[in-house]
Amino acid sequence: MNIVVLIKQVPGNSDVKLDPKTGNLIREGIDAIINPDDLQALETAITLKETLGAKVTVLTMGPPQAIDALSEAIGMGADGAILLSDRAFAGADTWATSFTLGKAIQRIGKFDLILAGRQAIDGDTAQVGPQVAEYLDLPQVTYVFDIETVENGYVRVKRRLEDGYERIQCSLPALLTIIGGPVKPRYPEVASLLSACHAKAPIQVWNAADIGVTTADVGMSGSFTQVVKTFAPKFERHGELLEGSAVEVVHNLIERLKQNKLI
Amino acid sequence: MAVWVEIDLCDGCRRCKRECPYDAIEIKDGKAQIGDRCTCCGACLEVCHHKAIHTDIQPKTIPDFSEYKGIWVFAEQRGGNLTRVSVELLGKAQELAKQLNEEVSAVLVGHHVADLADTLIQFGADLVYLADGEIFGNYRSEPYSYVLDELIKAYKPSILLMGATHIGRDLAPRVSRRTGSGLTADCTELSIDREEGILLQTRPAFGGNVMATIANRFSRPQMATVRPGVMEVVPTPGKEGVVITHESKVTEDQVRTKILEFVKEESPHVDLSKAKIIVAGGRGVNDLEGFGLLHELASALGAEIAGTRVAVEAGWISAANQVGQTGVTVRPELYVACGVSGAIQHRAGMMDSRFIVAINKDPYAPIFKVADWGIVGDLFDVVPELTKGLKTSCEVMCD
Repeated sequence: MNIVVLIKQVPGNSDVKLDPKTGNLIREGIDAIINPDDLQALETAITLKETLGAKVTVLTMGPPQAIDALSEAIGMGADGAILLSDRAFAGADTWATSFTLGKAIQRIGKFDLILAGRQAIDGDTAQVGPQVAEYLDLPQVTYVFDIETVENGYVRVKRRLEDGYERIQCSLPALLTIIGGPVKPRYPEVASLLSACHAKAPIQVWNAADIGVTTADVGMSGSFTQVVKTFAPKFERHGELLEGSAVEVVHNLIERLKQNKLI
Repeated sequence: MAVWVEIDLCDGCRRCKRECPYDAIEIKDGKAQIGDRCTCCGACLEVCHHKAIHTDIQPKTIPDFSEYKGIWVFAEQRGGNLTRVSVELLGKAQELAKQLNEEVSAVLVGHHVADLADTLIQFGADLVYLADGEIFGNYRSEPYSYVLDELIKAYKPSILLMGATHIGRDLAPRVSRRTGSGLTADCTELSIDREEGILLQTRPAFGGNVMATIANRFSRPQMATVRPGVMEVVPTPGKEGVVITHESKVTEDQVRTKILEFVKEESPHVDLSKAKIIVAGGRGVNDLEGFGLLHELASALGAEIAGTRVAVEAGWISAANQVGQTGVTVRPELYVACGVSGAIQHRAGMMDSRFIVAINKDPYAPIFKVADWGIVGDLFDVVPELTKGLKTSCEVMCD
């Protein structure tokens, strides 16, 4: 069985700030990690490898430093990895990203299952997984937190809904987006991690020509949506600080609540 | 779209070959030749001294979208019940429609759901597109994206809005890919740009630390999923509308998923989005006993209980009561935040409350930035005092 896992390297925490002068994101001093939902997808893939004997290939689109994320994935147990890296890919929205990933998967060729994290903690869109599925004409199930079985050309999964979950049977090949489940992702093994950082690691780097796309179809040029502006959220309330003893502040607060007909 | 060498003008100087990042140029018989690996990046064009390299690539122009009209709202329903966000979106759609001088339509897909059409009209729809069939009984990605694509191709809307629910976030990207249109996720604000007549979609990124305003100039419909609990419902009682029934061509053998069963999870939770007053607790509440004080306050106020992610992880409240970026978004009349620091991820879920009270020991806690009334103090003193004060004042009022 062949599994492809789509991952993204993201800033280590969401506490990024905008530079007040340029309006650009300040990325210095922020660690890069594998996106948490993608880590869960990797864990799922490697568990399937252990139970069913699958081959796991990890794919990411990113700048050159994203190779660290791939090394980590191989350290966790993935068999090989591909970094899609090209200046032309930069500035892509989810349309262009899903197209680029889709073309790369077509070049990989054989696969039975594609796993992706539900959403990335920087973009927060949850769009790339389903868009890749549609591009490749694959059935999809999103918000998967448990894979029950894989057999006879089907995968049976549990899908989270707001008020419970569905058990769904989906024919293969398919794409699943994964959310956190009962099993936490494993840490990479040191020996595997070291060999994954070695020059002979099973990591390939592909650019636009390698996947047969033109610059107009990818990156910023290939995007349908454009960012018009970014800004830090503003707060309009000018808070009134109530001071004094507990009895005093409570009295004043109740006055104000009454005035505004809240109680 | 291509880049090629005019052989007569080429002198084989190799500048282009050196410049190409993709190894796409070969020199054969003293002339440059551009091969299959060309990505039309244009690097070679700039370095050729003889202007021997030509291209037919045009700068991107905005296509003519004058045929695309109307603001559509996907009316999500489950088990024959409309989700609240569908109605919220109809409210917003009415506002956008007025500015564009266009109509509001609802798209209703399901099995035996025709009677919901009237409700949709009473909340703002001028038209309802109805696709009713057994294949649409429970939501599945394929039949729903199939029929939405059919409707979009047939009726050409300018804008399509969906709630950013589990279903919406599964369906919208699939539809956007299928129809070839741009999609913006999880919007908290929508407006029309007067000059360009396009939809401006504002959404949080980086967990809410950054707001981005997005436009979709090069495709239609302009698609957006919208966060539930943000837009306002605008009832239009007595409104008349038209229902257009659509017969879909999708058949069961085209659908590759089967729902085996639905397991409802019985968590005794309240729909926080309907609460008028909410009392929320964070890290400062310390323990379950501390939360007990908040429950008493909530009782005195007739409020619902909620909390931050910290409170959920500590087991003081259930996940359904988490307010924030990864929890629910609420807009109550009054939000009382006790021992909540006010990290951006939590603020994202309650910032639009009409009035906010914050009680925190730390005068620099970011929660005070969004509070109407802030109390810098120990919640273990203030909260019981407040509960007492409310009970007394109620007794006074009720006498």
